[in-house]
Amino acid sequence: MGKMAFLCDGDRCIECNACVTACKNENEVPWGINRRRVVTINDGLPDEKSLSVACMHCADAPCISVCPTNVIYSTADGVVLHDKDGCIGCGYCFYACPFGAPQYPQKGNFGSRGKMDKCTFCSGGPEETNSQAEFSKYGRNRVAEGKLPLCAEMCSTKALLAGDADVLSDIFRQRVVERGFGGGGSYGLTESRKART
Amino acid sequence: MIRVLMAAVFALLAVAAPAQADVRPPADAAVAVTSGQDIQPSLPSNLRSNPAAQLWQGIGDGTVGRVTIPDPQAGRLIQTGGMDWLEFRSEVIGFWGMVAVLGMLTGLTAFFMIRGRIKIDSGRSGRLIQRFKRIEVVGHWMTAVSFLALALTGLVMLYGRDLLLPLIGPAAFAGLARAGKYAHNFGGFVFMAGLAMIFVMWVRHNVWDRYDLNWILKGGGLLSKDHPPAEKFNFGQKTVFWMVILIGLALSLTGLNLLMPFWFTPDIETMQVVQLVHAGLGVGLFALMLAHIYIGSVGMESAFDAMSTGYVDINWAREHHSVWVDRHVSEQGEPPLAPPPGKGAGASAQPAE
Repeated sequence: MGKMAFLCDGDRCIECNACVTACKNENEVPWGINRRRVVTINDGLPDEKSLSVACMHCADAPCISVCPTNVIYSTADGVVLHDKDGCIGCGYCFYACPFGAPQYPQKGNFGSRGKMDKCTFCSGGPEETNSQAEFSKYGRNRVAEGKLPLCAEMCSTKALLAGDADVLSDIFRQRVVERGFGGGGSYGLTESRKART
Repeated sequence: MIRVLMAAVFALLAVAAPAQADVRPPADAAVAVTSGQDIQPSLPSNLRSNPAAQLWQGIGDGTVGRVTIPDPQAGRLIQTGGMDWLEFRSEVIGFWGMVAVLGMLTGLTAFFMIRGRIKIDSGRSGRLIQRFKRIEVVGHWMTAVSFLALALTGLVMLYGRDLLLPLIGPAAFAGLARAGKYAHNFGGFVFMAGLAMIFVMWVRHNVWDRYDLNWILKGGGLLSKDHPPAEKFNFGQKTVFWMVILIGLALSLTGLNLLMPFWFTPDIETMQVVQLVHAGLGVGLFALMLAHIYIGSVGMESAFDAMSTGYVDINWAREHHSVWVDRHVSEQGEPPLAPPPGKGAGASAQPAE
């Protein structure tokens, strides 16, 4: 069992948002919270690229370093989880996160932050595994059932991959070997060929 | 003349319009990216014409793409400022804040051991004059108490994880931190109200007057046991006033910004800077206020009376604010002998007015 990770293949993502829908449905994510989102760069241009991004479960997570109540932690699989009981909604994890993964409900005065919510790699949280408390606070715990996160399972083009980082890099390496770098036209194949000749 | 101007404007538009009609980037130009910053790709020449390399570097530099989420900020894939912010907060603000607070405490202790409590040289006369009206006392304590609550809860947020959490455990600390955050958020409004009151009441007493230069040159008599003349507030107090007003104003504005995230600022970089300014000024002002608290309580005999009862012994006033006393006495006469302090604040409080 190695480090768990996500990998979104920019050449395959078609912006169908199945991953977003799967996550919201499976984890009963409240309105306004976006654990996973799909971002489209250069929309409409020949080199349009879409990427699905949620928590990256960093090995050296800045959110863990900055949390003033120390409620964010990393599991043995490298999944970054947090304890909502201790979260004070200060927002510092959002300031630190390069990917904007932490999300907050508008609960406090002036609509300021309630307790932080984010992608859990479908691993639940510090409550008892598969209990009602765990589900209502953190969502489904699929990993405890031996399954992978639903976003990757539902991806229509297998752009989004989730699992052991070594396995993921191997899959991506095979894809690059098969299709070539810049394959699929999404990298502006004609232009990059011009540059090489 | 107008015709010439109109012709010039039309000519400019005619030139600009075709350029705008073609929105696709030229074959080997930099890929257009939209973000909060100017992108200057620093790629080697053999990659500069590779749109893929430019696209990925742009993403790393903060490209904002399109999302179906109503918040357009969600289109930002990567922000790298967070790492710098994190480091600055813990290495610079955390470290130097501790230096400032502990250094101030050390300095005050040393000053007390060397100089001792500043006594009234001519002893108490038993005659009291009113230094602060009730409204001034209320305004001061509103600001002071809320500031202490803000400072202590702020220190819990800055240092609590490292210093307090190991002592009281995660469950207790979580409760304390949560209560502290609410106290901090609501207390800020009390502080702002108090700050406004103080400014309105005392700003005209805190402008430079002709006794300030001499007071500065005599060092305020802090170490020399001299008694340079001063108005209602001496230069030291004026310094405290302006520090509290200006730093307090900065803290209020940054604090409001933090309380209502992204209401006034569009991007995360600005919010990070605002948070650093707030934390830095907060711990800095706390260190400065330790000196003010010292001199107003332990450091000087009869100083605390001024802000608790509002009345001071006339001998103390003559030694520290002679110009103010002389004007007060010439307007309202010499105060009568009042019962000595220790018979209760109420009993000693009523000179003839």
